[in-house]
Parts: sequence; structure tokens; C-alpha cells
Amino acid sequence: MKFTPHNEEEKKKMLEKIGITSIDELFSHIPPTIRLKELLSLPPGATEVEVVKLLNEVKKKNKTTDDFISFLGAGAYDHAIPTVISHITSRSEYYTAYTPYQAEVSQGTLQTIFEYQSLICALFNMDISNASMYDGAQSLAEACLMAVAIKKKNKILACSSINPLYLRVIETYIEGTDIELKILPTPEGKIDLDLLKKTIDTSFASVVVQHPNLFGLLEPVKEIEQIAHNADALFVVSVDPISLGILSPPGDYNADIAVGEGQSLGIPLSFGGPYLGIFTCKKDFVRFIPGRLVGKTVDLDGNPAYVLTLQTREQHIKRERATSNICTNEALCALAATIYLSLLGKEGLKEVATQSLIKAHYLLERIEQETNFRRAFSGPFFKEFTLKGKDIKKLLTALRRKGILGGVPLGRFNRNWQDLLLIAVTEKRTKEELDLLVDCLKELPTLGSS
Amino acid sequence: MSLVPDNLFYTATHEWVKIDGDTAICGITDFAQKELSDIVYVDITEIGKELKPGDRFGTIEAVKTVSDLYIPISGEIIEVNEILKTAPETINQDPYGKGWIIKIKIKDKEELKSLMTASDYKKHIGE
Repeated sequence: MKFTPHNEEEKKKMLEKIGITSIDELFSHIPPTIRLKELLSLPPGATEVEVVKLLNEVKKKNKTTDDFISFLGAGAYDHAIPTVISHITSRSEYYTAYTPYQAEVSQGTLQTIFEYQSLICALFNMDISNASMYDGAQSLAEACLMAVAIKKKNKILACSSINPLYLRVIETYIEGTDIELKILPTPEGKIDLDLLKKTIDTSFASVVVQHPNLFGLLEPVKEIEQIAHNADALFVVSVDPISLGILSPPGDYNADIAVGEGQSLGIPLSFGGPYLGIFTCKKDFVRFIPGRLVGKTVDLDGNPAYVLTLQTREQHIKRERATSNICTNEALCALAATIYLSLLGKEGLKEVATQSLIKAHYLLERIEQETNFRRAFSGPFFKEFTLKGKDIKKLLTALRRKGILGGVPLGRFNRNWQDLLLIAVTEKRTKEELDLLVDCLKELPTLGSS
Repeated sequence: MSLVPDNLFYTATHEWVKIDGDTAICGITDFAQKELSDIVYVDITEIGKELKPGDRFGTIEAVKTVSDLYIPISGEIIEVNEILKTAPETINQDPYGKGWIIKIKIKDKEELKSLMTASDYKKHIGE
């Protein structure tokens, strides 16, 4: 829909109709003591040439993954983004489209969201996907709330091998409610099944796990699912969608609610967002799922048509009894993910996952064989692993000087993790870049842990 | 004009009650189903619990709204109309017959005296 501003004549007609002469008069009821009497102290307007020059100077202060070899991870990754994606998403029909509340004029938007939902269901092997949430963290928090609503129990059992930022968001969402979050410690880097069995009882609404987890390791999801269901708790899992190119999807191991961060599916890192909250669940729970759902139906003539459906779940109808207050989604990011998955297909996604896996394992193997750095935890991993070092800060500074962003220092999240460095490897990293990191680590033997 | 059968009792919140021995059958009135329009889902949440008049026992969902269902008399819900799981629109088609919602084990027959008669209810809905 195009934007058509009013002209002066139209404005005059409207003012006359309501019996005033100027727009200022509409504000006459606001007390003079709080009305603006002088112009805001802004510099004079600049020309387009001056503005572009200024913005370019500001831009120069930023460095991006184009300037560094990035091994950063912990939820946001430097995966390859096909150029075609932005060509499609920047089409004005998509870029400036509003929420498709009026189905009659939004069939394009609704269909793309439906395709997104369908692709996610196929990828996760889950029954239902919603139209997306804000990001992986918020999806996980809402999954916890949903489990509480379904089970009518107010305790959640999570673990410290989940991204700490995600745990913080869960804590934010449960603040002020009577919901309790219990966090199982994971000193070995992943869940200890005996400790889980000892800790769980039937008072928990859900067991929450990240797979692969914060440290890059695979969790024993099949066993955790059994333990959770035996205790009458729902099994909630947060996964990396790229990992589903190789790993079994959550539907295969009977997850009740499966969420994830979709940034790796063709969405730029930007500065931490906008990202994409993926949210799926079993069809038994359709009336509890938060967020928008696009459904396929037929119009009066029997032609296929798309609508926002089951809206009675949502806050604008169910009000205080809605299970969530989200009333939006990340449509443009979901579109990017849809295009990414369509372009890559099954084989392409498998290739991205395989390359990430192989390169991460190659890197670790060389590090352990040729440098003084060692893994902090043992166990199978996907595209991230955790190294132990004596002075992670010093190490990262040295690497930055060589044009390398060495990884995420986990000490930032937990005082007990000062000696841990999380390294992520994507398909974008070349053999030369991996070899360069190994060479740099070789030059810093005193900072290693062995 | 809404249908308001004379042989039933009513509440201010548009539920009707039919006495069948020690059981009370309950549903929503013709007026209520008209106001709600197409009913798409009925959620009975308090089966097997002892409820008192005015307790919420579930919700009824139409396309654009969700309304609460309030129990008219004290008792325990002993049966829920199974048809409503797959054909909730039965309430629109036959609100006093096939569209009954729950059956209650009556706790205190005296409570029926505080319910509205058909003529009270007609006045209540202004018809």
C-alpha cells in the first residue's frame, strides 16, 4: 500500500470541518507550563552531501566481520549469507509491508509466512511452527511460560550449559510471577544424567536443554527426554537450526516444545539484532502456542487463501488469560530464513553443517596436537568448542592484533569461567584462516593450559 | 427475538439450567450464542471439582472473542458434551438441545430458587 500524504487544501478542509483554523489548536488543552516555547537546540539542517560525509566518518569507526576473521559464537554466527536474499527482502512489497491483519490485501505476506512455518516444521520435524518470535532467547523464555501454562505447575528445570543470556531472559520473564527457575550445574560441560534424575520430581513443568549447548557439546537428549516425561514434565529444547543439517531434529527425540535462534539462516550479525526466534511445538499444544499463526484456508470461490488464525490465543482477544503478550513477529527475518532454506535446500544445509563440523574438528585437532591449548570439556561437539587458557584477555588482545576475533570469553558470563574461551567455526572459515589461528596460538605457549 | 424456553432456569450471565432428577444440565442461551456468533472452541477446565455458583468452569471461544462460562449452581461437573470437541457450532445450531455443555450433580436444590425464570431472563435481555 502506498503512502499518500495530505496536501494543504485537504488539511484546510478537515480543519474547517471540525471548526478550527490550525493544527496547533488541537493541542490547546495541554497546559502552557509544559508546552515547548522555543526550538530544540539542534544544529542547523545539513545538505545530503554533508550528511553522507558525516555518516561515512562514523561508519569508519566500526569494524565488521569483513575486517576480522571471526570465531565468535555463543548464539550468533558468521555463516555465509547468499546475496540473493537481500535482493528479495529489500523489495518494497516485503520491506515496508505492515502486519497482515487484513487478509484481503496481505496474501503475499501471509503466504511467505506460511511457507516459513512449513519449512521450519519440516526442518525441526515438529507439528506446528508459529510466525516467529523476537529471537532465540525470547523463544526459550516463552517456551518455559507455555510449559507452565500447559502443566499447571510452576517450576522449571534448566541447566548452566544453556546460553547465560537466554537464562537471564527467562529470569526476566518470570520476575513477579510465582514461577521458580532451578538451574542444574554442569561442571563437566553437559548434563549429568544421574544428577538430573536425583533433582527432578513431579513438581516441574518442564526440563529445558540447549542442544548443542553453550560449550558446543551435544547433550544426551534421548535420555533427558525419557527422564523428563517419566517425571510428567514437558521436554523443552533450544537448537541451532544449522545443526539440523546433520543432527536428528527435535521431533525425532520427542521434544514437546522446540525453539532456536534463526540468525544463522541468512540473517546478518548486525549489532546483536534483529534476529529470529524460531518456535515449534506438538499439535496437542496448539491452543497454548504464543505468537502469530498463519493458516491456509479457502475463499468464497474455493481458491486457496491465507489468514492469521487461532487469534483467540492472543492477547488482544484473550487479554489477561493469554499465555503470552507478544503481538508481533520478525516477518522480514523470517522471510530471509525462508529464502535461505529454499536456496540451500536439504543438500545445501547438510553441506553448511558438514563444513562447519569438519572445519571445527580440524581446528581443534591441530590446536591439541601442535599448541599448548586444550579442550575444557570432553564429548562430541558440532561447530563450537571450549578451550582452557591462562589469560584469555591477553590471548584475545594478541589475536585481535593479528586480525582475528578469537572467540567469546566465557568469563564474561560467569566468574568460574575466567579461563574458558568459546570458539565457533563456520563454513565461511577457510583452511588458511584456521591455520593462521593455529600459528598464532603456537606463538603464545605460556597462555595455554597444558 | 431470542428463544427463551419456559421450562428452564437462567442466570444473569446467560447460562440456562434444566433439572433432570439429581442432575442439572447446563448450556448457554440463544441470546448468548447469537451475540458470540460462530463458536469455534469450548474449553471446560474444572471437571471433577466442587464448584459454587459464579465459579468459572471454562471458556467458550468465538472467532473474535473468548467468553467465560460460570456455573449456575453448586456441584461437581460429572459430564461434558463430547460432540462439542469436534462440532462446537452445535451450540449455535441448537443451544438448548444438542448444544448442552455440562451436566452437574446438584448439591442443593434450594439454590434453584435464586435462578431467573424465563420471564425474568426475558426482561434481563430486554426482550
